Amino acid sequence: MSMKPISLPSPRPLLSRTGWAAFLVALIIVCAVAPALNLWVSEGSVFYLSDYGVGLVGRIMCYAICALAMDLIWGFTGILSLGHGLFFALGGYAMGMYLMRQIGLDGNYKSALPDFMVFLDWKELPWHWTFSDSFVATLFLVIAVPGLVAFVFGYFAFRSRIKGVYFSIITQAMTFAAMLLFFRNETGFGGNNGFTDFKRVLDIPIATQEMRMALFVLTGITLLGFFLLARWLVNSKFGRVLQAVRDAETRVMFSGYNPLGYKLTIWTISAMMCGVAGALYVPQVGIINPSEMSPANSIEIAIWAAVGGRATLIGPILGAFIVSGAKSWLTVAYPEFWLYFLGALFIGVTLFLPQGVMGLVGRVSTRHGGVKSTLRGSDDTRTKGDRT
Amino acid sequence: MTPELMEQGARHAEAYQTKQASRTGQTASGGRAAGFARLAVPGEVDVTHGRILYLEDVSVSFDGFKAINKLSLDIAPGELRCIIGPNGAGKTTMMDIITGKTRPDEGQVFFGSTIDLLRYKEVEIAQMGIGRKFQKPTVFEQLTVFENLELALKTNKAVTASMLFKLDSVQSDRLLEVLHTINLADSVSRQAGNLSHGQKQWLEIGMLLMQDPKLLLLDEPVAGMTDEETERTAELFLSLKGKHSLMVVEHDMSFINTISDIVTVLCDGAVLAQGTLAQVQSDERVIEVYLGR
Repeated sequence: MSMKPISLPSPRPLLSRTGWAAFLVALIIVCAVAPALNLWVSEGSVFYLSDYGVGLVGRIMCYAICALAMDLIWGFTGILSLGHGLFFALGGYAMGMYLMRQIGLDGNYKSALPDFMVFLDWKELPWHWTFSDSFVATLFLVIAVPGLVAFVFGYFAFRSRIKGVYFSIITQAMTFAAMLLFFRNETGFGGNNGFTDFKRVLDIPIATQEMRMALFVLTGITLLGFFLLARWLVNSKFGRVLQAVRDAETRVMFSGYNPLGYKLTIWTISAMMCGVAGALYVPQVGIINPSEMSPANSIEIAIWAAVGGRATLIGPILGAFIVSGAKSWLTVAYPEFWLYFLGALFIGVTLFLPQGVMGLVGRVSTRHGGVKSTLRGSDDTRTKGDRT
Repeated sequence: MTPELMEQGARHAEAYQTKQASRTGQTASGGRAAGFARLAVPGEVDVTHGRILYLEDVSVSFDGFKAINKLSLDIAPGELRCIIGPNGAGKTTMMDIITGKTRPDEGQVFFGSTIDLLRYKEVEIAQMGIGRKFQKPTVFEQLTVFENLELALKTNKAVTASMLFKLDSVQSDRLLEVLHTINLADSVSRQAGNLSHGQKQWLEIGMLLMQDPKLLLLDEPVAGMTDEETERTAELFLSLKGKHSLMVVEHDMSFINTISDIVTVLCDGAVLAQGTLAQVQSDERVIEVYLGR
């Protein structure tokens, strides 16, 4: 047998040169351009970025983190979770508890306890509020609580080899059950009103333009950081094992990998990301209540990922922007049409764009000659668009 | 612990050591007296008794149907054993049992003399060195040929190890060697899903080779291959013989004729006949089950 000299493909870089350039541009926009346009441009100017715009984009960036997390578990590992809203809400609640404690004596009842506890005639903080005064502990809980819930749930589900639609239904049931639990007053999470009326974070007033901008920048940096983390994960052999699990799980087992560990790891990481997104979301919108755990919210996360294009990382982020952007415009312009539009969008994407917006981008760029597609090829070889 | 107990323990240990010392050096084989068992090393396949795989009285039934019925079979290290049998004879079920996918109702399955396979799960069995090719070629369709082989590579397969994994030069050489062996060197960057059926079969065989298993179970490896591909596969298997133990299930008689030493005929979940291909083909009972009456 002749041994022709062939070269093995070199390891994929974290981002291509164009990818890094785009990343840098995004970072500059988030950290410098947006704050400048909001804080230093006068309100009459065409370049002025309104507070409403800052709030909207800040919120959508939180959604985008969820969509990114969803892509890791659904797009790359083939496990459709319809319960990611729970992890988002858990992170939000962990942050909300801290924000409630930050209100201090400024509540309606001028009590050291949060208002709803006074209303319920509670005399002291319940045990699970023990660490809510500490910001550092809160940061830990924001990651640890969703992580732990996901880990325990995932361990039993994956060990029992629950897959496909059964898994999706159970996650849906999980978030629904949690919602009912949080609705109850006696669980100590403010019942159906949840937490609101936040005054301060880190003893700094929360309802100022600067604080809003700071949260915006923080969310943007987190999103970009998580994108790099996700990119690193899927570029490693770990990421290829995940895709292998998605495509032929038995082969993975007979190749000597235990899928349980792989699924559980990515599932937990994904949940933690959602938790962080929730924690960034709550101080921006100023409220967290059990409706964040409603099944519809979790389904929406899956829709963002599907619209953007699964297993592309960048696609779900775009999907979150497109769908949420359309939602915020339509619910104002034509409130009664929003749900019809969402349904039509989902049907349209399923029928005509099975690989989402990224699939469309892939198709267009291949049609316009080789240069673009090779550029994209080095950047994003793993887009589903290449697969057709 | 009281001093008396400790003293007693020390006496016991001493007595044991003198007993051991008096035993070593007694025999020509370096101190291993006949009938004196060797220590089983975890994960090491002990083939000193001349058998790498050993099934005894294995039975399994699905909803009352006896798929495997008191099956006994053994394979020597380095042997290439062909298994034939009509549809529903239990060939695939037997492989399921060996690889831990199906639990038998009764019987024993040993890998070497010391490893009781029934106590392990699929993943552990794969890591111990039993590789399996499925009837339907099963490769990772969305990954490239290179990535498929890289995943199969024998290495630490824990989660963190995979995150930090980098192919070293020895492993790249091994990968290149396998690429040439399976004749896919030109397709190294192609997506596995775009390969032809025969190429997928080869890729799967290549993945087994990357795993470097001691025992390969191959379920219909040449199904869907062209004559030329089948010929090359036969060559490959003959070259593997001796280095690995192989168990090949096939229907293609000319292929079996090329590669086989001993052929085992399975029927209704048990061994019907065993011998060279010519022997089993002239066996009355074999003719009966294949042609019917």
